[in-house]
Amino acid sequence: MTGAADIHAASDAERCARLAKTWGDAPGLWGFLTTTDHKKIAARYILVAMALLVLDGLLAVDMRLQLAFPAVKRLGPQGFNESFSLHGSSMLFLVSVPVMEAMAIWLVPLMLGQRNMAFPRLNAFSFWMYLGGVLMLWIPHIANVTPDLGWFEYAPLSGPNYAPGHRADVWAQMITFTEVAALAVSVNTFATIMRLRPPGMTLARLPIFLWSMLISALMTIFALPAVMLVTSMLITDRLVGTHFFDPAVGGDVLLFQHLFWFFGHPEVYLIFIPALGFVASIVETFSRRVGFGYVPVVLSLVSIGVLAFGLWVHHMFAVGLPKLGNSFYTAASMAIAVPTGLQIFCWIATIFGGKPVFRTPLLWVIGFIATFVIGGLSGLMTASAPLDLQLTDTYFVVAHLHYVLVGGAMFPLFGAFTFWYPKATGRVMSEAWGKVAFWLILGGFNLGFFPMHILGLMGMPRRIYTYSDAMGWGPLNIVVSIGSVIAAGGAAVFVANALFSYWRGAKAGPDPWGGATLEWATQSPPPAYNFDHIPVVDSLTPLWTQTGPRPVLEGLSLDHRELLLTSPVEAEPDYRQHSPTPSIWPLLAALATSAMFVGSIFSPWALVWGALPVGATITAWFWPKQPRRHLGDKP
Amino acid sequence: MSGRASRIASLFAGLCAASLAGCAGPQSVFSPASDQARWLHGLFGLMLWVCGIAYLLVLAFLAVALWRARGALAETPITEPHDGRLQWGLRAWAALIVAGLLTLAVASFLVDRALAGAEPRGDPSVRVTGQQWWWRIEVKDPASGRWVESANELHLPLNQPTPVEVVSADVIHSFWIPNLSGKIDMVPGRVNRLTITPRQLGWVRGQCAEFCGLQHAQMALDVKVDSPADYAAWVARQAAPAAAPKDPVAARGLALVQDGTCGQCHALRGTAAAARAAPDLTHIAGRRFLAAGAAPLTRGSLQGWIAQPQALKPGAEMPATGLSPRDAEAVAHYLEGLT
Repeated sequence: MTGAADIHAASDAERCARLAKTWGDAPGLWGFLTTTDHKKIAARYILVAMALLVLDGLLAVDMRLQLAFPAVKRLGPQGFNESFSLHGSSMLFLVSVPVMEAMAIWLVPLMLGQRNMAFPRLNAFSFWMYLGGVLMLWIPHIANVTPDLGWFEYAPLSGPNYAPGHRADVWAQMITFTEVAALAVSVNTFATIMRLRPPGMTLARLPIFLWSMLISALMTIFALPAVMLVTSMLITDRLVGTHFFDPAVGGDVLLFQHLFWFFGHPEVYLIFIPALGFVASIVETFSRRVGFGYVPVVLSLVSIGVLAFGLWVHHMFAVGLPKLGNSFYTAASMAIAVPTGLQIFCWIATIFGGKPVFRTPLLWVIGFIATFVIGGLSGLMTASAPLDLQLTDTYFVVAHLHYVLVGGAMFPLFGAFTFWYPKATGRVMSEAWGKVAFWLILGGFNLGFFPMHILGLMGMPRRIYTYSDAMGWGPLNIVVSIGSVIAAGGAAVFVANALFSYWRGAKAGPDPWGGATLEWATQSPPPAYNFDHIPVVDSLTPLWTQTGPRPVLEGLSLDHRELLLTSPVEAEPDYRQHSPTPSIWPLLAALATSAMFVGSIFSPWALVWGALPVGATITAWFWPKQPRRHLGDKP
Repeated sequence: MSGRASRIASLFAGLCAASLAGCAGPQSVFSPASDQARWLHGLFGLMLWVCGIAYLLVLAFLAVALWRARGALAETPITEPHDGRLQWGLRAWAALIVAGLLTLAVASFLVDRALAGAEPRGDPSVRVTGQQWWWRIEVKDPASGRWVESANELHLPLNQPTPVEVVSADVIHSFWIPNLSGKIDMVPGRVNRLTITPRQLGWVRGQCAEFCGLQHAQMALDVKVDSPADYAAWVARQAAPAAAPKDPVAARGLALVQDGTCGQCHALRGTAAAARAAPDLTHIAGRRFLAAGAAPLTRGSLQGWIAQPQALKPGAEMPATGLSPRDAEAVAHYLEGLT
């Protein structure tokens, strides 16, 4: 055991050198493949998700060219159906959910003043599984086995009788990949926030951002098994002739919808709740005051997390369920406007009661409020069981879901990206170009999506590849397409700004915005070990209240990967936890699992034989380590 | 910033006004032509008002907050704010939200109850079956009590609550005629019902609203609200067998339909063609559109459809017939006479 005297004796420079050696990765490709550094893993997640965001945006532009005028021949039915299926599946399963998880992986340890996540190798495994999911969707696309039935492939259309070939299997198995990845991240995030908080960060001093990540992690754990179950049932229907969704022999097609939406609705909130966490951090920092209404905001987040599980049937008002039940789900869906509305009040009140500095991240939050609220209100309309019968499955819903997901989650994400970019890269993104991108995206988005509400009410169903001139939808559709192109141009400016600033941006220093939370207490970009010393916290906004030298805690080894575990509620130091070293086994386990998943599209025996390498790699991964004293750690 | 907020507000108001004024049409929520659609239209109007006011309140608060911040200098961050007034604001805001939601929830419940209350006690007189990618229409002939079959064109009697039974023959479809009613899904293994009480004569249009495969986009339903006398006449006309061929070319067309590939899928009552896989052609020329709204029904479109169905509606279940141009012409000529 390393003595306290030894630690105190080490000079700052020597500390850093020893910590860097302890927490650093091996050089070269081996280091790349074995790393368990949460920052590197998160960066990979974010880069892949952003690349897919660009591809999905191009698909959207492609669809808007097809729909800009009546009777366009560009894509044809098959091409159009593939485009919206790929766009929706990729955006929801491979971009929105993973990118929010990636922000958690990157930020949670930094905001906790910790050196890594609770389960570093699980973290690495989750990324490789996510990458497997990305390849599972996009490689078949290159090979023209693209899913073509939308992002929720309702049975029986996706069943063996109506979807021959492997398009539906690709979709279903892609979900299995991403859900394994998401469950791994969620367990990790939850454990990290519960047990790796710095001394003094009681639950009552947990930043809203961490509350949001905690709640969405818990929601993920409860919601995702339902979708894995339903896609697995679909695969067995298709592969071995079970009849879960075949009414002719006693199956039920609505079972598919119940299971899917039991996941699908919480999914929207587990995209949205992290975004609220971004908003909280940005509003607080740029309003130069502690956020208004900590307790109401936390309670709102918790109640959204609970209510989200009680309203999935509002996706199914038209299927002919009993009206009494529908009324219950109407009330539950509308009730979620209370916590959401209260939070909106709290953000505006924070600006109202602060001295705001209008930098790009805060603009994104203002854009978020102005845009998301429209989506929330149109959500009230679709929550009404009778009115939804006129709105569901039309362009009104297309407008609604984009207002909620883009306005409600992507705008805060872009703000968060701009906000934490200096921390990740050491450079600040250009304000001027950031504002250009903001106005182009905000304007283009609203021009592109607001008219869709009207198109839906004018009778335009979603997922149609063509319409005739006689329907009168032409003029608004051209407006929609122009708006989409403007927004896409804004996105190009945003990406160019991010790339350019990486090399040419102004140097950031540790704390370019005057932030309040712990991630701003270390260098930008943070070293492999994140913090020289483990910080101690005495308020919600430690960097604002701690003037003078910051209190820190000593006692962790400099030469072994150790984390400080604290108690779940009061965050009192509990014990020192060994943190796993880099390892190749998570990657090999992910490869074995991927082979099993891909094989199970073709043969049920793949599950049997594929389980053997999975078991072998996981056994190697968890092989017990030698006790510390044999590793040369002298007292 | 407040300028931007007011611009958005005026844009919103302008679009709402435009939407209410200029968006009427044969397939539009804005042109309700039945009791059910009118109730829903009224509910939408209420929602638009409540939500519009809520949105303006949010924007106004945001604008005030931004206006108040003008010229404020970034000093030391405020860590112990005094928010007494804002706390009261939060409570008032919560009360406003709850009041608004109660209004909407109660209105929604009342409309739902009205929709349920309009259900008549009797058996359905219209049955619609969704199929990839067309609609099988069956109506009960009050004269004989038998079900009479047609396709892709539905007539409804004015001022009578008509119960409609909807089912699916393959995948999930959704029956939606916005001017007359909200959607009801056609779910395999289930029988769903809705009631329509039309209040306005004339043609409206419906369209499948649940993605149902390749040609989901071209699955339209032509709907006519008739006076009760016209409706009775339409039912009687549909119940009659196919008209006999009027000339030798038409007779040759009939022979080709009965003995060739057409009769393997289609039915023409009164002839040997009696299959039920595809739309009933007994009175095809009495309809306005071909192939579930894919094209207006004319001699040209009929002949083109017979020769090359995949050109008009790629992926449709109808295969290329392989008829020679002369034969296709004869078939089209015969079908053209089936009013």
